Amino acid sequence: MSIFEIEKAVCELENKIKELREFSRLQNIDLSNEIEILEKKLKELQKEAFENIRAWDKVQLARKIERPTSLDYIERIFDNFIELHGDRLYGDDPAIIGGIALLKGKPVTVIGQQKGKNTQENIKRNFGMPHPEGYRKALRLMKQAEKFKRPIICFVDTPGAFCGIGSEERGQGEAIAKNLFEMSTLKVPIISIVIAEGGSGGALALAVSDRVWMLEHSIYSILSPEGFASILWKDASKAKEAAELMKLTAQDLLNFGVIDKIIEEPLGGAHKDVDRVSKSIKQNLIDEIDNLSKLDIDILLQNRYNKFRKMGKFIE
Amino acid sequence: MINLFKKRQYVTLSQIEKKNENYFKPFIPDGIFEKCDECGKIILKEDIEKNLMRCPNCNKYFRMTAKQRIELIIDKGTFVEYDSNLKTINPLDYPDYDIKIQNLVKDTGINEAVITGEGKINGESCVIAVMDSYFLMGSMGCVVGEKITRAFEKATEKRLPVVVFTASGGARMQEGILSLMQMAKTSAAVKRHSDSGLLYISVLTDPTTGGVTASFAMLGDIILAEPKALIGFAGPRVIEQTIKQKLPQGFQRAEFLLEHGFIDLIVERENLKKTLYNILLMHRG
Ligand SMILES: [Zn+2]
Repeated sequence: MSIFEIEKAVCELENKIKELREFSRLQNIDLSNEIEILEKKLKELQKEAFENIRAWDKVQLARKIERPTSLDYIERIFDNFIELHGDRLYGDDPAIIGGIALLKGKPVTVIGQQKGKNTQENIKRNFGMPHPEGYRKALRLMKQAEKFKRPIICFVDTPGAFCGIGSEERGQGEAIAKNLFEMSTLKVPIISIVIAEGGSGGALALAVSDRVWMLEHSIYSILSPEGFASILWKDASKAKEAAELMKLTAQDLLNFGVIDKIIEEPLGGAHKDVDRVSKSIKQNLIDEIDNLSKLDIDILLQNRYNKFRKMGKFIE
Repeated sequence: MINLFKKRQYVTLSQIEKKNENYFKPFIPDGIFEKCDECGKIILKEDIEKNLMRCPNCNKYFRMTAKQRIELIIDKGTFVEYDSNLKTINPLDYPDYDIKIQNLVKDTGINEAVITGEGKINGESCVIAVMDSYFLMGSMGCVVGEKITRAFEKATEKRLPVVVFTASGGARMQEGILSLMQMAKTSAAVKRHSDSGLLYISVLTDPTTGGVTASFAMLGDIILAEPKALIGFAGPRVIEQTIKQKLPQGFQRAEFLLEHGFIDLIVERENLKKTLYNILLMHRG
């Protein structure tokens, strides 16, 4: 059974439990034993699904329309979020949001790629695929954070930087390159969290950070599995095989030393309990920003340099 | 993206595995003539070589190997190569990747898709990195990223300027996420070099795309390009598939980037060395 078949079964079981509860309440019959058995079965089913979860299942989970977005987390984790707009050069990109907020009373800069909750919003947000002005807005806000000594938190969720005429005319490559370049020496702590899809340079442009975390069922890769299959095998329909080969799961990337931590999701995925995931992210952020803020800035930057410096495998 | 980077036949012209000036070792059987893929004219290979790897009829720029480029730019006898001992491995266990690399190493005579080292341009010392599009499209995997990073680190340490010739299809798919991370690694090394007040000139040659454009290629203090070089983030085919329309003439060519403000200057091949020298002179510290 694929994870989605199991999810369907889970859904049916959940409904059944609900019905039984309702029935027991209305008829005043004690069905707690029966309900308990079903609930136990439900847990087992969910556990089984997520123990056997494949890379391709994760790709689909990460792309689910119900998957919580940057704004879902921002409103739960921070207080008084004020969104700031525009790159001061060309325009405002709705695929990247950013602003200032309080984290447990302390000011921080928050930036994230933003997907839509439905087709209409996705069209406005360009499905979370930023243009150069999005990356330039992000960099502007990061520089602002540096000026005011605020830690930076980035939520990564993009299929990739947009590939179009305007994005090339306005220098997509230059915009991403500048972010990598500048982020490597920004004099404030930076934490990035891949919350769903981390696609290529478009994701990395918000993730040259002191700490890079991933939600348990998120993915982070050099390119979408479709793009990978299309380039290497001239066949985008082999995306599933590509996903298994690419090592794009949080677990793979932790093994590679590309990320520092995996944040657990509830059974079924983050959308099953956004509050709980937000709470967990929040606590991790508070603790880690506290740790990073204690470091001398030269040490923080040296550590950040070393972190990326040692990435790569080869023989000498 | 793919068909653009197909191996062209003129690869065969110009392996400068030298015994003497005119010796070259072709890696597919070839004759004395070559057909220009731009104007269709049949041309003596020797004439293409004499014309700095350009068509004598229509002036089409053919891609140069890294070795040819170093010969063109660096003073004879001054080049000292760095890190030619680094070897590529297969971090994803991608099928047949090891064999592919082994064959490329054998065919091209270089260990990976970039040659790095130190040399002089009309007597001016610099660190130089030259990518080779004949080595798996000049794509950047771990070794390319490491060599570029080390070149910048060495230049920072020795307080030398850096000249990079880019020619790349982008980050190398076969090494997955680790290739992507080379973008961050190289950009951070460029930043340190830059923060030390040192000069970096990037020269974009055909083709420069993807993760190389989105990292060190676009980070030069001064960015030069060869005429008509394809330069972009996404490959033209990917864009066409995304937006479902044909791309305008000249889109993503060096002239287009100049017009949009993303490069400083387009330089003809015969003037490259002189131009680099002049820029280096003005930054001599
Ligand atoms: Zn011609």
